[in-house]
Amino acid sequence: MSLSTKEARGLVKITIKKEDYDKIVAHALKERPDEACGLIAGRDRDDGVREVVKVYFLTNIDHTNEHFSIDPKEQLAAVRDMRAQGLKPLGNWHSHPETPARPSEEDLRLSNDKNASYLILSLAVKGHPVLNGFHVEGEQGERQARKEEIEIIGG
Amino acid sequence: MTIKVAGEQKQMADGITVAGLIEAEQVENPQYVTVSVNEEFIDAGDFASHVLNEGDEVEFLYFMGGGR
Repeated sequence: MSLSTKEARGLVKITIKKEDYDKIVAHALKERPDEACGLIAGRDRDDGVREVVKVYFLTNIDHTNEHFSIDPKEQLAAVRDMRAQGLKPLGNWHSHPETPARPSEEDLRLSNDKNASYLILSLAVKGHPVLNGFHVEGEQGERQARKEEIEIIGG
Repeated sequence: MTIKVAGEQKQMADGITVAGLIEAEQVENPQYVTVSVNEEFIDAGDFASHVLNEGDEVEFLYFMGGGR
């Protein structure tokens, strides 16, 4: 039996602090109807836990409810901040104001970093935000999303 | 010459271009990579002609986007 992707990646789960989760939800609600977006940084621990230490809230330069593009200047500044703080870029997050927390075809097409975790927050059901994590496998046109377990800690 | 790539000092041949650096660094999915040199973003159409200089600071960023 072959290893599952999760095992092959050595990733057991993603942890994110409750206060950071709450900030993501608050930011995404504030940005509605547009999609909100940002980056996540932290560390990959030896026990297979991908620990989100810092969340970045960046500008969606598309300013629509159907698409997001992270401001590259803010992305550059965030990457440098991560480096200065000894944090590893772990991936990004964005909101789906009206649709479920699963990658769309466009999300898959633009998920170009196989090592990244992509977090999606759905606001489709009022009062019940849903955060899911994914990574992508396969080449362009044949990409598939694989779910990653998220644990919200503390709070 | 020495240039800084993603925060690390690297030795590269004089006259190397952005496109040459992308190849030398074996950047995955380079068609989706945004490149900055000394915090200035370089147009993808200029990758092959933009020559890097001693002390340049280069960053590779994956375009980050998506849609519902």
